[in-house]
Amino acid sequence: MIRMENVEKAFGSNRVLQGMSLEIPKGTSMVIIGGSGTGKSVALKCILGLIQPDSGKILVDGKDAASGDRDAFLARFGMLFQGGALFDSLPVWQNVAFRLLRGSLKRPISEAREIAIDKLRRVGLKPAVADLFPAELSGGMQKRVGLARAIAAEPEIIFFDEPTTGLDPIMSGVINDLIREIVVEMGATAMTITHDMTSVRAIADNVAMLHDGVIKWTGPVARMDTSGDPYLDQFIHGRAEGPIEAVR
Amino acid sequence: MNPLTILERLGRAVLTALALIGRVAMFTARAFSHILRPPFYPREFAQALLSIGWLSLPVVGLTAIFTGGALALQIYSGGARFNAEAVVPQIVAIGMVRELGPVLVGLMIAARVTSSIAAEIATMKVTEQIDALVTLSTHPMKYLVAPRVLAALITVPLLVAVGDIIGIGGGYAVAVKNLGFNAAAYLQNTVDFLEMRDVVSSLVKGAVFGVIAATMGCFYGMQSGRGAQGVGGATKDSVEAAAILILAANFVLTGVFFSI
Repeated sequence: MIRMENVEKAFGSNRVLQGMSLEIPKGTSMVIIGGSGTGKSVALKCILGLIQPDSGKILVDGKDAASGDRDAFLARFGMLFQGGALFDSLPVWQNVAFRLLRGSLKRPISEAREIAIDKLRRVGLKPAVADLFPAELSGGMQKRVGLARAIAAEPEIIFFDEPTTGLDPIMSGVINDLIREIVVEMGATAMTITHDMTSVRAIADNVAMLHDGVIKWTGPVARMDTSGDPYLDQFIHGRAEGPIEAVR
Repeated sequence: MNPLTILERLGRAVLTALALIGRVAMFTARAFSHILRPPFYPREFAQALLSIGWLSLPVVGLTAIFTGGALALQIYSGGARFNAEAVVPQIVAIGMVRELGPVLVGLMIAARVTSSIAAEIATMKVTEQIDALVTLSTHPMKYLVAPRVLAALITVPLLVAVGDIIGIGGGYAVAVKNLGFNAAAYLQNTVDFLEMRDVVSSLVKGAVFGVIAATMGCFYGMQSGRGAQGVGGATKDSVEAAAILILAANFVLTGVFFSI
């Protein structure tokens, strides 16, 4: 279980997280929605320790995320980045098997390559893709490779940062289905941040609405349309009028 | 302008400069601590040896050969004013080994290697590849910085040695072909005149300049701002800082080796 308690983070005078509290039960898929610049990515990076929160607590399975063995902590996570964040200098299979080629999870090269090809196949890519470089792939293929890398070491917790941004609707649907299948299949805890309401309905067990640095509403995806929360209603229906100020 | 405002601005500029020096010093210390502590990344180190050392050879060789040749011509024409044309071999040797070899190689490395390291790491930062490294349990200082700094520490002195030899070779070719020097006498004069201290200073300068070049590339790459402008700014700042630090370090090291 992931638990955030009153997490605050400011960059200069810009208070991004202003006491964010959220609980993600083990084995469930939480999707955080909210406008651009509301701190969704910051929240996710705070959990991973990529950004240090100014105050508040982040607990993973009851243990403080900021203390203890960092490598062991990170080994439990997989992450799909918004732009893929694939390493340009490495071929696709080495990107996917990155963790399996070095560090505590190191395997023999042939075994790591086999696992990489297997994971590529799992996300719908042919083995021939393995020896290409990321720059030779389309946006959708890069996302799939990023997804394969995120699941390569069979993590317990997977984060997805805007998994469908920049993809056409069909490819978005493919990625959403893949994420859902993989999360269910692996029994992983998932946390996704997105603006894409189709993604929300496809991926989420629970939804949280982040606005002004705090969670305005959280609950099961089935209750999202009948929540009665004015922030959530405005967001999911894409209305310009409402409590969320739209900058024009 | 109010004198207090001027003082305030001056104070702020000094504090900013001191903070930058502190950050660079801490970064360099951290880079060396990661060089010494496992895990090590031999493949990344081998790649850095290749790109910093081997692939810099053509540019270093060309710079050195033209500089050595031009130096021989200058010394010959300058020396002719007081009938001292014969000192060409000695002055080319001492000029290349003590000063021009290390400084020119250092500056060429700053142009070629520092810029490329800064642009690569800055792009990795902008495209979240550095964050991705962390989530994959890989320390960016260990994976990106330590191999490059160590490779520069090892290869740049070797490049300087090669540059010194090629530079002397350039001077030799010009002196023998164009200025009528005897080939054997030229070489003998060069070897006789150079001292061990000259060679050691050249190699030490190379090692220091290599560390400066790689560290500045890594430091500014890691500090890069967002977008294409961030990458461009990081690259420009890294080359400027590396070039200035190399010239300043050259002055200090020359003082250390030759002030007595």
